[in-house]
Amino acid sequence: MILIIEQILNGLQYGVMLFLLAAGLTLIFGIMGVINLAHGSLYMVGAYAGTWFAALTGSFWLGLPAALIAAALAGAALELLVIRRLYHRSHLDQVLATFAIILIANESITLLFGRQPVFTLLPEAFSGSVELLPGLFYPAYRLLIIVAGLLVALGLSLLITRTRIGMLVRAGATNREMVRVMGVDIRMLYTAVFGLGALLAGLAGYLTGPISAVQVGMGEHILLPAFVVVVIGGTGSIRGAFVAGITLGVIDTCLRAFLPDLLNLMMPVAQADALGLGISSMGIYLLMAIVLLIRPKGLFPVGAT
Amino acid sequence: MRQPVAILLALVVLAVLPTLAAWAGSPATVPLATRILIYGIAAASLNFALGYGGMISFGHAAFFGIGGYVVAILFTHWFNEAPIFGLIPGTNQLLITLPLAIVVSGLFAAAIGALSLRTGGVQFIMITLAFAQMLFFLFVSLKAYGGEDGLSMRRPDAFLGLNLRDRPTMYYLTLVITVLFFAGLRRLVRSSFGTVLDGIRQNERRMEALGIATYRHKLFAFILSGMGVGMAGALMANAMRYVSPDMMHWSRSGELMIMVILGGTGTLLGPLYGAAALLLLETWLAGWTEHWSLGEGLVLLAVVMFSRGGLIALLRRRT
Amino acid sequence: MSAVLEVSGLVKRFGGLVATDHVTLDVQAGEIHALIGPNGAGKSTLINQLSGEIAPDAGTIRLLGRDVTHEPAHARVRLGLGRTFQVTSLLDECTVSESVALAVQAHAGGNLKLWDRAANRTPVRTRTEALLAGTALEPRAAMRAADLSHGERKQLELVMALALEPKLMLLDEPMAGLGHVESGEMIEVLRGLRARAGVLLVEHDMDAVFALADRISVLVYGQIVASGSVEEIRENPEVRAAYLGGEDELC
Ligand SMILES: Nc1ncnc2c1ncn2[C@@H]1O[C@H](COP(=O)(O)OP(=O)(O)OP(=O)(O)O)[C@@H](O)[C@H]1O
Ligand SMILES: [Mg+2]
Repeated sequence: MILIIEQILNGLQYGVMLFLLAAGLTLIFGIMGVINLAHGSLYMVGAYAGTWFAALTGSFWLGLPAALIAAALAGAALELLVIRRLYHRSHLDQVLATFAIILIANESITLLFGRQPVFTLLPEAFSGSVELLPGLFYPAYRLLIIVAGLLVALGLSLLITRTRIGMLVRAGATNREMVRVMGVDIRMLYTAVFGLGALLAGLAGYLTGPISAVQVGMGEHILLPAFVVVVIGGTGSIRGAFVAGITLGVIDTCLRAFLPDLLNLMMPVAQADALGLGISSMGIYLLMAIVLLIRPKGLFPVGAT
Repeated sequence: MRQPVAILLALVVLAVLPTLAAWAGSPATVPLATRILIYGIAAASLNFALGYGGMISFGHAAFFGIGGYVVAILFTHWFNEAPIFGLIPGTNQLLITLPLAIVVSGLFAAAIGALSLRTGGVQFIMITLAFAQMLFFLFVSLKAYGGEDGLSMRRPDAFLGLNLRDRPTMYYLTLVITVLFFAGLRRLVRSSFGTVLDGIRQNERRMEALGIATYRHKLFAFILSGMGVGMAGALMANAMRYVSPDMMHWSRSGELMIMVILGGTGTLLGPLYGAAALLLLETWLAGWTEHWSLGEGLVLLAVVMFSRGGLIALLRRRT
Repeated sequence: MSAVLEVSGLVKRFGGLVATDHVTLDVQAGEIHALIGPNGAGKSTLINQLSGEIAPDAGTIRLLGRDVTHEPAHARVRLGLGRTFQVTSLLDECTVSESVALAVQAHAGGNLKLWDRAANRTPVRTRTEALLAGTALEPRAAMRAADLSHGERKQLELVMALALEPKLMLLDEPMAGLGHVESGEMIEVLRGLRARAGVLLVEHDMDAVFALADRISVLVYGQIVASGSVEEIRENPEVRAAYLGGEDELC
């Protein structure tokens, strides 16, 4: 039982990560109509910049703003130099241009930091465990991630529903032409949304540092699941990204944790492990295929076109 | 230069390439050229769905891998004299494995296409990617066939007593298949079906109003496209004597798309040029720096951002 | 006369809006049945349900006596339905003759042939030339559809629909945006159509409607409010009040 709760919490933490990335992706796609494969690179940039600065200063908390600033700057540069020219291009061009960015970003990071994974130091105050239930000890840092993620989700939903920017964002996701007609400086809106997405990606990247290694290619590892979240949730929908992110996070983690043992009841260990891992890696993609076949626009479709 | 003349000239150069390479003392050229031809077939097949049919599939590497695995799995079972499931004997006869690879990839394409084509737009891109990822992870977890490490073949398949281990021989076989393939593709594009497919790409609604069952036609094109990529995968398995889940990795799908774009979407030979350009660029950069993918990324970015219509359009503008 | 189209009790809702409200009507062979009504009355929505692009919420559609309510668009075309679009929908990269040839080929069949040469199909070519002969499009045969004028695009749509030899034609505002001369030509073309097919004609140009129609139905807020001969509709006080007003033209 304790094991199950622990894995569900792990799933929640992974789901929150997925949400932080998917939120940016879904806004960028919903509002600008751009498929941005390079979103994972912003995640990686945040992780590296934060980790580097934290190591330099010896403080996890000083690394945080560094990660955010670096990701936002990289995002702004990306928007100004590349994405801006892709708004009216086909999805195909967008996929390929941002695919090229991935190659460039990965290799640049390799040049700067080498191929060895680096680890972010855990903040002192959160290095221990918390006893959530009698007998259930859970790492404080992971709890911090979950809480931070939920707070961001809350903040985003307030931003979207309560502010003028949010109103424009919602209008833009339903009807791009309308926002343009309303005389809003669409470029500003686009840059703001892209910057916000980059910020969230950078945050996610840095927060994940102390848990899993910071290394080249980390962006692609989470990019595809994040895209799955976007598509399942319905492109353009923050709520969809949240629901799908948490759900997928929990499902994926639980599959990985429990499936090999379950299979082990039927077959030898080595085979069960390999097969279990394979099937659980396939899990989210299978889920996406099923959702799309039943609801071709995802769970929470936003307007048309 | 008139096009037929140019093509004839290119064929002559390709035909004497091994001799030239031997004379220039550059043995690496022949396997590189073989790989270019094989990727050219794969990219051109993808282009049939993508450029001619307007279906942006991000999962075509799956068929490449399937084609390769059909060859390698049949070979392994033949080599170990252990029938598949104790029933189907393996084989190393190219005349059996190649057609079988094409058929099996076609079946996978039929299943994946039938489901994916019910969506459109970004969802189509993502669902094709999802299916490819599923197959990727499936093969990663199949320890019986090497899992992550892939499957090596002791020898290439047997074909009419030729020694396919000999690089020029393998090259010539690939060249012949490539020529036949592109001749066939040219014919296909200009057929009644090709014309209808072009109409569907331009305006699906219009074609429905002309009484065309567009879903069925798109699915058919998707299957043909998957079969072509599968054939390329089978050839690749023979040329490299090795297959691995890497053949199905999503970045491989991206590379195939790059080749198409680089050469020119919706053109007959464009993808072949694209394959050549990408692989030559890779080889050249790799010989120059370990960080070659940085250069590749920059070139690719420039091509996507600033050129319309790929290399083919560039060539046309020059002449 | 026999009915080529029978619609009964057709309903379509968009959220709270009832765009088609229990519509019942028919089109006889050799008849031009005009459907008029103010903007947003639901005319295009009705046409799109008849052609199979939109699924109705209730009611039945019979084409040449067969229930096609749940048939997809292409199957209805195969049975003998042809249509034009309010906003022209063409193959912009194809030339005029390629477009017509594709329509002819689609109708002739063999669309899954992988090994023939589409350009060499003589029957298709002859029929294409015959269809274009004598029309205003003939001198434009080698021009791309994208480069045609608005009126020519409307005409091309009509020719492509005719290539299907339909028994029922659904025309959504074929005159819209045409100049005076072009309208006159179009009226002549449509008049000639009567011999070959039943026509459901949605049109705002009342001159054209009165010149062509055998019967007129009036659609307002998704409902048929009046139906009858040209004279009956002209004189119908409700229709006059509803929207003919004092003017001859509406919209
Ligand atoms: N897909 C849709 N979703 C929601 N409402 C729709 C949709 N299509 C049409 N409508 C609404 O249904 C009503 C009927 O529209 P329709 O286009 O059929 O009118 P119409 O009679 O053809 O008008 P017009 O003369 O301007 O062409 C309109 O109020 C329109 O806004
Ligand atoms: Mg209308």
